Amino acid sequence: MSEKTYLTTDFTLRSWFLTTDHKRIAILYFASLIFFFFIGGAAAAAIRIELATPQADLVSSDVYNRLFTMHGIIMVWFFLIPSIPNTLGNFIVPLMIGARDLAFPRLNLMSWYIFMLGGCTTLFAIFAGGVDTGWTFYTPFSTLYSNSYVIVAAAGVFIAGFSSILTGLNFIVTIHRLRAPGLTWYRLPLFLWSLYATSVILVLATPVLAITLLLMATERFFGVGIFDPRIGGDPLLFQHLFWFYSHPAVYIMILPGMGVINELISCFSRKEVFGYKFVAWCSLAIAAVGFLVWGHHMFVSGQSLIASLVFSFMSFIVAVPSAIKVFNWTATLHKGSIHFDAPMLYALAFIGLFTIGGLTGLFLACLAFDVHATDTYFVVAHFHYIMVGGMVTAYFGGLHYWWPKITGRLYSEYWARTAAILIFFGFNLTFFPQFILGAEGMPRRYHVYPPVFQVWNVLSSGGAAILAVAYLMPLFYLGYSAFFGKRAPANPWNAPGLEWQTSSPPPEFNFETQPVVTREPYQYNERFDAEPQNA
Amino acid sequence: MWRQWIPFWHPGLSPHSGDVDLLFTGLLIASALVLALLFFLLALFCARYRAGHQTDRDHRVKKSWHWEVSWTAASFVCFLVLFVWGASVYFQIYRTPADEHDVFVVAKQWMWKTQHPGGQSEIDALHIPVKRPIRLVMASQDVIHSFFIPALRLKHDVVPGRYQDLEIEVDKPGHYHLFCAEYCGTDHSGMIGEIVAMEPADFSNWLTQQAPSSTLASEGGQLFRELGCSGCHGGGSTVRAPPLEGVYGKPVPLSDGTTVIADDKYIRDSILMPRSQVVAGYQPVMPSFEGKVSEDQLLRLVIYIKSLAGHPS
Repeated sequence: MSEKTYLTTDFTLRSWFLTTDHKRIAILYFASLIFFFFIGGAAAAAIRIELATPQADLVSSDVYNRLFTMHGIIMVWFFLIPSIPNTLGNFIVPLMIGARDLAFPRLNLMSWYIFMLGGCTTLFAIFAGGVDTGWTFYTPFSTLYSNSYVIVAAAGVFIAGFSSILTGLNFIVTIHRLRAPGLTWYRLPLFLWSLYATSVILVLATPVLAITLLLMATERFFGVGIFDPRIGGDPLLFQHLFWFYSHPAVYIMILPGMGVINELISCFSRKEVFGYKFVAWCSLAIAAVGFLVWGHHMFVSGQSLIASLVFSFMSFIVAVPSAIKVFNWTATLHKGSIHFDAPMLYALAFIGLFTIGGLTGLFLACLAFDVHATDTYFVVAHFHYIMVGGMVTAYFGGLHYWWPKITGRLYSEYWARTAAILIFFGFNLTFFPQFILGAEGMPRRYHVYPPVFQVWNVLSSGGAAILAVAYLMPLFYLGYSAFFGKRAPANPWNAPGLEWQTSSPPPEFNFETQPVVTREPYQYNERFDAEPQNA
Repeated sequence: MWRQWIPFWHPGLSPHSGDVDLLFTGLLIASALVLALLFFLLALFCARYRAGHQTDRDHRVKKSWHWEVSWTAASFVCFLVLFVWGASVYFQIYRTPADEHDVFVVAKQWMWKTQHPGGQSEIDALHIPVKRPIRLVMASQDVIHSFFIPALRLKHDVVPGRYQDLEIEVDKPGHYHLFCAEYCGTDHSGMIGEIVAMEPADFSNWLTQQAPSSTLASEGGQLFRELGCSGCHGGGSTVRAPPLEGVYGKPVPLSDGTTVIADDKYIRDSILMPRSQVVAGYQPVMPSFEGKVSEDQLLRLVIYIKSLAGHPS
């Protein structure tokens, strides 16, 4: 076995910034995403502090509007969308399929540079004076009325979109072409099925976002009437185009999280995933049907009632495969041998929070209730249950699970479990009160609000304080373990996946010899009945 | 009443809000059942099958398809019921309003301006009688706003460039929140007002007290002359333009062979985009008034033309 790992082949800056190693690029993404996560998080913290009282006291309305816009833009495009695919996916996909790298290593590096260019452009817009359109850029406010850096921010998002497309393309080709001998489609770990579905959406939907932003810029710059009715445009056209991308984008954000959960549930129950083929095809079903539900953002916009009817129906349909997944994960636990290591705590939290998020999604898909609840805090609570309770929880779970593989070190199990539990409670205290606020009718994006809503806002802000501390904790114990943690064995969880068959951290080209696959995935029973060693 | 049993929930105060509340209750019960089942199974499995605990792990379920089919079908049927239920109430909420007491709502950054046909005009407030359907005709002067009354479980976006109709009805006298629910810029959260629901007698008193010197229709008639509309559309003019007397609410044949009903939207569009729907037999010679009239003025013109057809103002 070679002594050199991908981390120790070369220590120069050049070897990092010009690397084509998918593992190093994953680390570059990881560092950038931590940065963006805490910028977006800081904006959220300021919002929650401001909302602790009904009056305006911390910031002015203009600043408040810039804060929630920045929170949305950064978190959606510069954290959630790239989070699991570009860090865990980038690192794990070639390892999972027994390949030396992704199909297009240089394209992979280029996607990181494009991403950073987009990120810096958006950051420039934010620090030059900010954007106040909300992350949705609704017209004609964004094209004619907003006096802020709309074009620059949109340009940042536009640029970052190309990075998404390249990543999606890279994954699709990699999964098609570079699977190890014997690794048939139905032997792929479910994480790859969900990343594959995600990549399909990235490639098909992102160009529509680019077109939409370009049209918006055209109207704002040149006064060509596209969305503004005064010059012959249609404001709802923008919403159709925007949500045609942005609703599938929601699935870009959650599908990779679902993929991670399969790996975790299976590993820590020492059992194969129940209903493998159903779960696999559910990912693709979500990706496909997800393209047909965008109009559910527009039930009160005055679109035709028949259109609303169809979009409501499709929104219920897209919830079916998600429900199937939840049932299958629960069934996976049945007669397993369940270990409560930190990644499993995250996985269990995910199931609960994602289900609450999904069920409240049905409330909003339900036409008559949506008339009341849309554009209120009910919606805010709903999508944070999916995006934060679901996606971010899965991201943390996956990060802990693969941390020994990525760094070659073991983290403190005690601190990891403490943080997981704290995140769970902090999260619920932050966002559950927002369901009640929304049901009582508090509109979203309100800087000042009537005092009747204060109690729930105070609870929510209190929860946010706990959540902030909990999210900072991994920075310390994971950071510490990366340098001073105990050395990790090649397979600390005793898992059968290919990524665990090579050393931790892996050598530069992943495997000493080309692995050959002869078995179905998740075969914990026969050969891997031993317990995880990290406990 | 059952609605008071939902925690932190104030029962809705319109005929439809009872249906919405019932739907909400149904959704809550369905979700509670699903969550109870899920959390029970999670807790049960986590306790019984925790590592190291001696229990029966033999005879694991291998054939999964009948389980899959069962819970897929069960989810689908539940969802279908919720879908049909939600849709049927939605169609009642948004049914085309009867042409009753009209109130005109103009939304602009950052205020609600409401006007009664008699000319009574309010800012960030709307007085209405209880137990009587009111038809709101809403327009936006600038960006998208959204007219939201939580107590009535009712919301509708106010999109610039078009009229939106909405029927509202309140059961009980009182003061209720009116919010702008669609983000509209700096003072979005200040764009709030109140709905004042009054007994019919109090409301007619209020209308009398607030009555201005002129009605919206007569102001519209004045605008009709000032803007030069009467030069062509008035009787005895030399330019050929369709007469407007009696046209409101009637079918109008267009030059492309189709027919439209001359409603508020059609009249508004004909003032702003006169060449898009030309009346059959006339030349497209009318200039656009886009940018020359405000939403307030447009409303008055529409109401004036409406009054020419003998509609009460």
